[in-house]
Amino acid sequence: MSEPLLELDGVHTHIGQYHILQGVDLVVPKGGITVLLGRNGAGKTTTLRTVMGLWHASRGTVRFAGGDITQSPTPDIATAGIAYVPESMGIFSDLTVRENLFLAARSVKNADRMDEARLEWIFGFFGALKKFWNQPAGTLSGGQKQMVAIARAIVEPRKLLLIDEPTKGLAPAIIQGMIAAFRELKQSETILLVEQNFSFVSALGDSVAVMDGGRIVHSGAMAELADDRDLQHKLLGLSLDNHQ
Amino acid sequence: MTTISPVAPQDSTLPKVRVDMLPLLLVPVLALLMLPLVGSFPTWVTLTVAGLAMGMMVFMMASGLTLIFGLMDVLNFGHGAFVSVGAFTATLVLLPMKGWVEADSILMNLSVVGLAILLAMLVTGILGWAFERIIIRPVYGLHLKQILITMGGMIVAEQLIHVIWGAEQIPLQLPTTFRGAFIFGDAALEKYRLIAVGVGLTVFVTMFLVLNRTKVGLLIRAGVENGEMVEALGYRIRRLFVGVFMAGSALAGLGGVMWGLYKETLTAAIGGEITVLVFIVIIIGGLGSVGGCFIGAMLVALVANYAGFLAPKVALVSDILLMVTVLLWRPQGLYPVAKR
Ligand SMILES: Nc1ncnc2c1ncn2[C@@H]1O[C@H](COP(=O)(O)OP(=O)(O)O)[C@@H](O)[C@H]1O
Ligand SMILES: [Mg+2]
Repeated sequence: MSEPLLELDGVHTHIGQYHILQGVDLVVPKGGITVLLGRNGAGKTTTLRTVMGLWHASRGTVRFAGGDITQSPTPDIATAGIAYVPESMGIFSDLTVRENLFLAARSVKNADRMDEARLEWIFGFFGALKKFWNQPAGTLSGGQKQMVAIARAIVEPRKLLLIDEPTKGLAPAIIQGMIAAFRELKQSETILLVEQNFSFVSALGDSVAVMDGGRIVHSGAMAELADDRDLQHKLLGLSLDNHQ
Repeated sequence: MTTISPVAPQDSTLPKVRVDMLPLLLVPVLALLMLPLVGSFPTWVTLTVAGLAMGMMVFMMASGLTLIFGLMDVLNFGHGAFVSVGAFTATLVLLPMKGWVEADSILMNLSVVGLAILLAMLVTGILGWAFERIIIRPVYGLHLKQILITMGGMIVAEQLIHVIWGAEQIPLQLPTTFRGAFIFGDAALEKYRLIAVGVGLTVFVTMFLVLNRTKVGLLIRAGVENGEMVEALGYRIRRLFVGVFMAGSALAGLGGVMWGLYKETLTAAIGGEITVLVFIVIIIGGLGSVGGCFIGAMLVALVANYAGFLAPKVALVSDILLMVTVLLWRPQGLYPVAKR
């Protein structure tokens, strides 16, 4: 494995009086997909939000591309090269698909100047975006909104994508398409992907970390976990394994 | 970069773009309904134009406030201070340049009013910057404190006006060529009201273009819906907010100048008096919605004018009645703004 792109070291996060993250140690190597697994309420979303500076760690450090971003404001973290696809997708529903992508393309002053080739590359994954280019994003279906949210993250080259449960609430056929898109994306991108459903990501991820109770309880290569039924049972439980 | 087959073709029926037209119809429908009640066509025309003119001025004063709330959830009860300060600042130009005001020359009248407006907007814009920094910033996210401290700011502004300009009413003369009316048949259209409509429409169209065609405008709209995501895309929402606050204050200043000339007298309370009306307008429109604010302003002003003519006693409460009616129909206002 190459040097870590993102490294959380003993990160604690409080939300109000609640002590949510209780010493998270997480390493995301450069390139490929690192999957963050764990059941509901384990602290996955809080981890991503802490990386993004939407919550600030009360203890521990977050290092990204060699710099300490623990206390950096969110816009600085974004400009440092991290793109975020929140669990809620966070699309701007009043704005068109094009305008959503335009805002994500920070270096572009005029919507007509977005990189055509890159857009075509994105349309290759998410054809619907081309079709609904000038539609208000709020009128799209759930799956299409998710495409907008992911497209925003990749409309310009970024160093790291944080993607929170992109398959949540989507129909199986759409999920399959989404997974296929990630398989292509990981050729060029580094992704930290939060997912609850092990079966979706067991063949997709390169490395994996499992969270429980605000801590990382396992981390290693995905192949290792995928081959080890006992470990899966121990870490993820039956419910996750058989889910869907 | 390789390409693969597009995701989920079965999930791609074309959604219909729904523009919510109903609120847009309210203004013409209201006006037409009032025609038989008012009875006389010329009177109706006069009332309607008066209502639209007043609505435009209220819109100038309210449009900034709705964005200020939408973007940062800030309740600014001191917004009226910018109306007062704008109007009084205009006197710094209009009174010494009385000759230009009284001259029977459109060019001189326009120049002097234009200059007064420019100065008023400059002063209120800068004052807005200071107000945001000193008064608003310490109370982000604290609604009760916002209400108290911004009301306090309003009182301080009024007292400062008393200190600078004295406690007396100041007569404000309408420039010579802005006086009088155009006569169409039996209907008289006051020139200044038409000017107010023109200025208001210009402000509205400009805001519309900025909010729809520029990156900053799109960021403001995006920020009203989900400020956190705007930050996660790498933009500083605070900076946007300061800009919106300054622009909104300057627009309130513009509204103050227009309103002062309309009333032809100034008191320091001019801004405070209009505050309740402005809040009614932005609540009717849907907090954060500029389009809703525009329609809300027209409705409130038209209803006030029709009611003043048809049932003067009702006129005192007509705004409240209108607001209650609208909220019964749409509890979030005419154009509810999607919030995360
Ligand atoms: N805004 C919040 N306020 C209070 N508690 C929260 C908040 N957000 C999350 N939590 C709590 O933090 C824990 C972890 O949540 P989260 O990070 O969303 O988990 P996951 O994404 O793994 O499902 C949960 O117990 C949740 O209830
Ligand atoms: Mg979550």
